Amino acid sequence: MLDALKDELLSLVNAAADLPALDEVRVNALGKKGRITGFMKELGGLSPDERKERGQALNALKDEIAAALDARKLDLAAAHMKARLEAERVDVTLPVRPETEGRIHPISQTMDEMIAIFAEMGFSVAEGPDVEDDFHNFTALNFPVGHPARDMHDTFYLPDADDKKMLLRTHTSPVQVRTMLNNKPPIRIVAPGRTYRSDYDMTHTPMFHQIEGLVIDEATNMGHLKGCLVEFCRAFFDVDDLPLRFRPSFFPFTEPSAEVDIGCLRKGGELKLGNYGDWLEILGCGMVHPNVLEACGIDSTKYQGFAFGMGVERVAMLKYGIPDLRTFFEADLRWLKHYGFVPLDIPNIAHGLTR
Amino acid sequence: MKFTLSWLKDHLDTEATLDQITDKLTALGLEVEGVQDRSKELAPFRVAHVVSAEKHPDADKLRVLVVDTGTEKLQVVCGAPNARAGLKGVFAAEGAYIPGSDITLKKGVIRGVESNGMMCSKRELKLSDEHDGIIELPEDAPVGASFADYAGLNDPVIDINLTPDRADCAGVRGIARDLAAAGLGRLKPLTEGRLNATPVAGSFPSPLGVTIEALDGCPMYVGRTIRGVKNGPSPQWMQDKLLAIGLRPISALVDITNYITFDVARPLHAFDADKVQGGIVVRMAREGESLKALNGKEYTLDPSMVVIADHARAEALGGIIGGEESGCTETTTTLFLEAAIFDTVRVAQAGRRLGVESDARYRLERGVDPAAVVEGVERATRLILEICGGEASDLVIAGAEPAWKRALTLRPGRVKSLGGVDLPHDRQVRILTDLGFTIEGEEDDGSLRVGVPSWRADVHGEADLVEEVLRVNGFDAIPATPLPRDTVLTRPALTLKQRRVAAARRALAARGLSEAVTWSFLASATAALFGASHEGLRLVNPISSDLDVMRPSVLPNLIQAAGRNADRGYPDVRLFEVGAAFRTPAPDGQDSVAAGIRAGAAVPRHWSEKTRPVDVFDAKADALAALEAAGAPTANLQVTTDAPGWYHPGRSGVLRLGPTVMARFGEIHPSILDTLGVKGPLAGFEVMLDTIPLPKKKTGTAKPMVQLSAFQPIERDFAFLVGQGVEADKILRAAKGADKALIKDATVFDVYQGAGVGEGQKSVAVSVTYQPTTATLTDEAIEAIGQKIVAAVIKATGGSLRG
Repeated sequence: MLDALKDELLSLVNAAADLPALDEVRVNALGKKGRITGFMKELGGLSPDERKERGQALNALKDEIAAALDARKLDLAAAHMKARLEAERVDVTLPVRPETEGRIHPISQTMDEMIAIFAEMGFSVAEGPDVEDDFHNFTALNFPVGHPARDMHDTFYLPDADDKKMLLRTHTSPVQVRTMLNNKPPIRIVAPGRTYRSDYDMTHTPMFHQIEGLVIDEATNMGHLKGCLVEFCRAFFDVDDLPLRFRPSFFPFTEPSAEVDIGCLRKGGELKLGNYGDWLEILGCGMVHPNVLEACGIDSTKYQGFAFGMGVERVAMLKYGIPDLRTFFEADLRWLKHYGFVPLDIPNIAHGLTR
Repeated sequence: MKFTLSWLKDHLDTEATLDQITDKLTALGLEVEGVQDRSKELAPFRVAHVVSAEKHPDADKLRVLVVDTGTEKLQVVCGAPNARAGLKGVFAAEGAYIPGSDITLKKGVIRGVESNGMMCSKRELKLSDEHDGIIELPEDAPVGASFADYAGLNDPVIDINLTPDRADCAGVRGIARDLAAAGLGRLKPLTEGRLNATPVAGSFPSPLGVTIEALDGCPMYVGRTIRGVKNGPSPQWMQDKLLAIGLRPISALVDITNYITFDVARPLHAFDADKVQGGIVVRMAREGESLKALNGKEYTLDPSMVVIADHARAEALGGIIGGEESGCTETTTTLFLEAAIFDTVRVAQAGRRLGVESDARYRLERGVDPAAVVEGVERATRLILEICGGEASDLVIAGAEPAWKRALTLRPGRVKSLGGVDLPHDRQVRILTDLGFTIEGEEDDGSLRVGVPSWRADVHGEADLVEEVLRVNGFDAIPATPLPRDTVLTRPALTLKQRRVAAARRALAARGLSEAVTWSFLASATAALFGASHEGLRLVNPISSDLDVMRPSVLPNLIQAAGRNADRGYPDVRLFEVGAAFRTPAPDGQDSVAAGIRAGAAVPRHWSEKTRPVDVFDAKADALAALEAAGAPTANLQVTTDAPGWYHPGRSGVLRLGPTVMARFGEIHPSILDTLGVKGPLAGFEVMLDTIPLPKKKTGTAKPMVQLSAFQPIERDFAFLVGQGVEADKILRAAKGADKALIKDATVFDVYQGAGVGEGQKSVAVSVTYQPTTATLTDEAIEAIGQKIVAAVIKATGGSLRG
């Protein structure tokens, strides 16, 4: 009789279509008023021997049914989960929610790269105003009044103020003057910033950026200038054996003066940097002219040093293959997206400078 | 400055190759900009003789030539109308590259007749544009010879970029002197042939005298009359030289003055003496005086300019250009030759003011050799007498040679201590003397007294002498020495302020704005919309009227950039710029500003998101993010609604700390967008980075201790009915102030106006977070805090709790 009950209950367990149905089966079999429970209650009316035998059989049945219920419960839960997951399916090829990431302008990035390198050589960053007077922009830098070199600067002038001829700085060199007037040697600074010249064509814009370097102490000589710029150019352009050529040149504020070329290869409209035999001019430099030191209140018989200046856009164009100077200032989103840098790319010598 | 190799060799006795010479020039600081070597390009072309010319059997206009190339006789098919037997011309064999037509010749068959090469036209050799026929050479042209050699086209032209200090190298001789000093040959003396500067004895006194009335402008004037000359074409060698450097030969007298100008940087002028009235007077120009110059233009002069006049009028602009009236012509028989020294500054200023570029100005504004004025006149006299005949008068010398002699001290170790190169004493002395410096003496410590030559006005001090030695020895020889470091690790390069600017920049880019760099100037009409510019910031000489004042704000350029991007089909713009806004021309009159704009859709159309246009809160969020990154105490800032007029008055605000404005933000005023022609909506912000207070000096790097509560925070919501004008900020401040120890945060989650809310009222729903720190809050405590919050808000706003 118990066998028949067992078969019946097992088939009910297996037939339960979902968890509530299964629970109903459990209650019917094992609940307070369940059928197995009912048989259990009848045990009291049996003789001890019968009771023992019958009790064991009922317990075995109870365990078996309980186990079947548990197994079925797991199956149903799995089926339920499976159905739920199927219902929750989405098209993962849909595009993600819009997020925008801006870009850092190549001029800022290039300046940050330069600062990272010069910082390693012990330079700190100095700044000065864009609106200058002719003392800081020319006179203190040993440009004699009427000298043709002043002409070559295509200066933008502003109305005179307090008998001073006002202008937009034509180079970052006035920051040298301001730094020397306000600090005692030793001095080791770089000064990045905006500069202005009245010229607008394929290769000139009325505003552009320069970075200026200045080292003043008692012993720095032209060999140090060379060492500093060789290290800088190789690190900046990421070419370990980049050759540099120093050519004598003329700037009113340095003596001796040099222009610096880096090695390159021009082929089929492309430019490659390295030891290829051709040369490309990238910066001007020299030993600070004694007249400049004196004009800035520094004893030229005791102190000496070097200065250099280079165009930020120019080296950015070279390094990153940007073809047209004028595009730097057009704020064209497509250009910024392409030539700009992601904000977390903070130039740093430890991580490497070039992306 | 251009010259040819053979011209250089007039002055320099050298075996050096062209490449050696150009490399050395650049190494000396005479940067070679270009070398035009026609002999290479013309190497395949030979002088050839047309032995016979027969009509082509199948073409009327073609001829079949037999050409004698000097080594063989070749059959050539030719279409030139002047191709005929007996002609001497220029032949190119197969394989030759033809520069004028950019092709390489191949053996060909033309209408069935084999053709082995080509007889060339001038255009094919790039000699001129002429292409009417093949080149015809004189009968005595040697068959088989190199055409370039025969035609004198084998002289490479070297173009150097002369720095303004090297006046001496505005003449070939100065360049030769530098090369000789650098070991590339020997400088020839000025004694023979066309270099001969030996004085010519005058055979009569000059009928024209010279008076200098403006000694400041012209300290020395040397002149001479030469009579009985016959002006005609100059000799071929002189024409070749002038043509090679791009000067048109005019007549012997003019060509000789040009030749000397380029040869020794000694500009000369030749007046037709018969057209000079009375005598030569060097004086300042009179107000309104005019001069018809040799270039055909008429110039109005002013009293800052030096003129060479006669007793009637100005005949030349001193040091710049001669006048047409008194210039030499083919019929000139008596001339007055001039060589003078002019004040360099006056020459430069007059030349610039009148816009005259001339070979004379180029040299005289740099400064000519004060000791070689007479020498220049003597050389020119010799050439004139030789080429044009005639006889020379005595010299007329007015004024005097300006003092130029000076000696400088060069300490023995200075080349090493300044230049970084250890050069032996003898080598230093040799370099200086080869350049024309003289050693006037040596002091006990080894210091040299160095005399500066008359042609080196650019050398003033010891540093210049060091440069001369270094330059001639070669900058390549300077060892690259690492900069010494005081410490192994370097200190930070940026100040805190600079770091904050950098942080604001990267924070804005991380928020999705792209960094632009726009002009620091803009149109004054646009500036006027943004607070206008200080009068001292208006450019005197703007490059265009669109860029005539310094920008009072960074916004207008960005707004216009947004318009340009929209015009290109990209209307959703997010841009920022970190740069200066200009208040006054003083050094502290420019402010470091981070400004940005958002235009178009703040959220683009997307399958899962609702699109919306940008608004004031986008700009406010950007401003707060930039301030936060730059270290501003954003939690303590107040918001006021007094943004300047370029913002929408009802949708803008100012973030301030007491009276200090740290940022402005808002939607841009629609009428300003209309004026600028830019479509809205457009929201922008300006963060004044300089106004952010610097932190008090820290005593260490530690942050304050954090207290993390073990008890859960509780959120409670309240809805208040307040007047429409009540600012949300007021409600939040009141709520937070109700129990500062317990209330951690309060924020607005709904604002409602309309049905169910009275006229002129709004409902503001606020969520307040309590953070207990010592024990779980009891229901009673929670209730008590709620009552305190309600009371505080009602007191602050006059509103009520919404039922």
